[in-house]
Amino acid sequence: MNYFPDEVLEHIFDFVGSHKDRNSVSQVCKLWYRIESYSRQKVFVGNCYAIGPERVAERFSGLKSITLKGKPHFADFNLVPPDWGGFVYPWIEAFARSRVGLEELRLKRMVVSDESLELLSRSFPNFKSLVLVSCEGFTTDGLAAVAAYCRQLKELDLQENDVEDHRGHWLSCFPESSTSLVSLNFACLKGDINLPALERLVARSPNLKSLRLSRAVPLDVLQRILIRAPQLLDLGVGSYLHDPDSENYNKLVTAIQKCKSVRSLSGFLDVAPHCLSAFHIICPNLTSLNLSYAPGIYDNELIKLLRHCHKLQRLWILDCIGDKGLEVVASTCKDLEELRVFPSDPYVGQAAVTEEGLVAISRGCQKLNSILYFCQQMTNAALITVAKNCPNFVRFRLCILDPTKPDAVTQQPLDEGFGAIVQACKDLKRLSLSGLLTDQVFLYIGMYAEQLEMLSIAFAGDSDKGMQYVLKGCKKLRKLEIRDSPFGNAALLMDVAKYETMRSLWMSSCEVTLGGCKALAKRMPGLNVEIINENDQMEFVGGCDDDRQKVEKMYLYRTLAGQRRDAPEFVWTL
Amino acid sequence: MMEECSKGSGAACSPKLLDLIPKEMEWAVAKGESGDVERSSVEIRKLELRLGLPGDDEWSLKNTNTAKNINRERDHHDSLFSLGYFNHGHHHNHHHHFHHHQPSHKAGSHEISPQVGPVAGSSSSSVWFNQQQQQQLAPPSSFLQFPTTTKAATDKQQSSCLLLPTVAKESSQPCCTKVGAIDLQQSPAEKKAFSPPAAPPTPANTAVANSSQKRTAPGPVVGWPPIRSFRKNLASSSSSSKQNGNPNKKAATSDKPVEACKKGMFVKINMDGVPIGRKVDLTAYDSYPRLSTAVDELFRGLLAAQRDSSAGGNMNKQQQEEEEKAITGLLDGSGEYTLVYEDNEGDRMLVGDVPWHMFVSTVKRLRVLKSSEVSALSRE
Repeated sequence: MNYFPDEVLEHIFDFVGSHKDRNSVSQVCKLWYRIESYSRQKVFVGNCYAIGPERVAERFSGLKSITLKGKPHFADFNLVPPDWGGFVYPWIEAFARSRVGLEELRLKRMVVSDESLELLSRSFPNFKSLVLVSCEGFTTDGLAAVAAYCRQLKELDLQENDVEDHRGHWLSCFPESSTSLVSLNFACLKGDINLPALERLVARSPNLKSLRLSRAVPLDVLQRILIRAPQLLDLGVGSYLHDPDSENYNKLVTAIQKCKSVRSLSGFLDVAPHCLSAFHIICPNLTSLNLSYAPGIYDNELIKLLRHCHKLQRLWILDCIGDKGLEVVASTCKDLEELRVFPSDPYVGQAAVTEEGLVAISRGCQKLNSILYFCQQMTNAALITVAKNCPNFVRFRLCILDPTKPDAVTQQPLDEGFGAIVQACKDLKRLSLSGLLTDQVFLYIGMYAEQLEMLSIAFAGDSDKGMQYVLKGCKKLRKLEIRDSPFGNAALLMDVAKYETMRSLWMSSCEVTLGGCKALAKRMPGLNVEIINENDQMEFVGGCDDDRQKVEKMYLYRTLAGQRRDAPEFVWTL
Repeated sequence: MMEECSKGSGAACSPKLLDLIPKEMEWAVAKGESGDVERSSVEIRKLELRLGLPGDDEWSLKNTNTAKNINRERDHHDSLFSLGYFNHGHHHNHHHHFHHHQPSHKAGSHEISPQVGPVAGSSSSSVWFNQQQQQQLAPPSSFLQFPTTTKAATDKQQSSCLLLPTVAKESSQPCCTKVGAIDLQQSPAEKKAFSPPAAPPTPANTAVANSSQKRTAPGPVVGWPPIRSFRKNLASSSSSSKQNGNPNKKAATSDKPVEACKKGMFVKINMDGVPIGRKVDLTAYDSYPRLSTAVDELFRGLLAAQRDSSAGGNMNKQQQEEEEKAITGLLDGSGEYTLVYEDNEGDRMLVGDVPWHMFVSTVKRLRVLKSSEVSALSRE
């Protein structure tokens, strides 16, 4: 390949899209490394502390789009204290200094300050796309800056962020000349919205394809918006409260009928339980439906709606749909690929779905490859059946609301059921376990889950063996997160080199001790081993006491950037 | 390796092994027998023999554990026993059914299967079975017996899945009815497979309960269930809107446990000058005027009684009746009192601005304030 001019190689590399493939390409030889590096436009950094922004900017001089992930996954469930880290500001600042031509920024679980948003909006004249998922630290003032100064903004997508709402008029900060919007999602905002500004914005955005409204947008505004934007592909309804006999409702029905392109429907953040029938007309076109933010919809309404959704590929729903409702889904949605059933009331012991719903789905939806299922109970028999019916799972996440509940029928651990899943699903990349589980399930996972990349464990296992089976067997493991399981130093230290092949390991409320963590950190300088010491529970003493101090929360990750300098006091990097 | 075998070349692999696995035999680690500490640790060593930690070349027939590990294992189990972890006196088997994928002929290249038994061929498989038979096993509940000869050869997907459990002859527990709903590949003789063979189900439960007690927190667990915080608040913030509609629906589906079937929506209502509050059911009204009338009826008497008591309680009955005047003008600011409410965001709002349905879905509590106070507040 030496005799190909660089441009040819570059052109060939253009066809190589995925990050994994491009990483592989760059390791072939120095020439390829060089060319791939300057031609790569989209960079993915799974852990923002694994590498410093200057190095990224230096290597990928053609960088236009970057995806960054910050906090560990368990931060979603309040296991990581606030102020742990994950700040985006240093990245934006470094990129601004290096004159990176940034066009797209996608962040997950990071702390985004208003200052960083302002700096972002002023530093990159071609900036087009901002996607924030599960982030926090900013207010609507930061959004106003983005609206005002990103002249070429196409996409502003806020998913499930914690935004302090100053009820400022950020929407009116979009200049009148701005007509480039393609995607706008502000469903997670809690405060009032300047409704006329919103309507005007929609009116002057002919390319708008995706619009997800917050609960501050009432029905009459929705109706007017739909009239203006019948070309929408993706609609998130904000508030859906209305009087079914009102003129507004009738107008809405008419407006919806014109929206023949809508393929994805979500929202209904405030909903009157009846009269979803207005949407029945677009249901046959839907490929994606997310009603998981709407506990106000009763199951019979849901079912009526779902009976029209023959083409559905993705469904996010609450468990009030019930097992019966899932049977309807199974018989209607033959193309279903992804299903998520969330708990509508996490504390009540009466979740409305059980193993029967899951089995029904597995029988009816042969294309299912991704599931997240919160349920009251599960049985081995059901899991075995599901595995038999759906061997194509890529993501299988089961959450039994009572974390150590055994098989509801036999009272046995659920080892066999999960064993069946990992054995049948050869492409399984992500697995979350729950229920009563012994070391046996980890033996199965180690044996069969050859493609597994991410494993979440809670309240499971009997001994170090469990974790050892996994570490030994799962060659492609990248992320392992464990809580409240009896794995200790023996497991942790069994194969320390493995952690450099992984992105990260989280262990909380396990049996690892400070001594074990220190030993690990000493042997593996390429890892940051962080101890989260809330409430001053631990003392950083040396000596034999270390082995008596159990570590409450440990997070380790491979890194080229060394110890991070922004760690708060309660985080020790060993 | 394993994969090749599973993809249907099962015929070439040694199906004999799986035939050889007697259907009722599965080795298990017996826990829960107080007198059998020794035996269980021996069994644990056998467990090690079979398992051979995946990928670890050091595991072999002879040298399964270092002595240290064995001791640790024993200690581990000892300490568990001493914790009363298991239900002594009941034979509760913690079943570890060892599952084979289609065994590979390439002994040694089979990374994960044990070095004993299937890989080594039939001779050592008989060794394996001898060891099995040494254990006195309680009737098993083995859910999985991974691909057997008959199924494996043909259909990849089917073969890699599950042949369902085999049944020990001792097991005679009937299946739970729930199982009936589930599609199972079974021979009729095996239909009883799922239920735990232990004749008294309680020991199994208690043993399991004990083990679960080890790890279960008594109350709500931090970070469990694993959902983001905003989902935890969804139900409560929208509960009022749920209750708004469909009051007549739930009668027909009374077995649904979901909270959607609450009737009535009671919110607190306090009135200035009246120390005791009331509760009013908003689903009983469908408009603001009706609500206003109800508020009047609720508080008229109380307000008068307050005035009476503050006046020293000297009024006679007739005077009291005269004092009991209607509370009017609650909605338009024209009366002595004005109705306000607190919404789901914590803000205080004047009643009457939004459509009734919207009001009902966002109201959290009501207050009847003196109109003079309301205008004072709005000037802040």
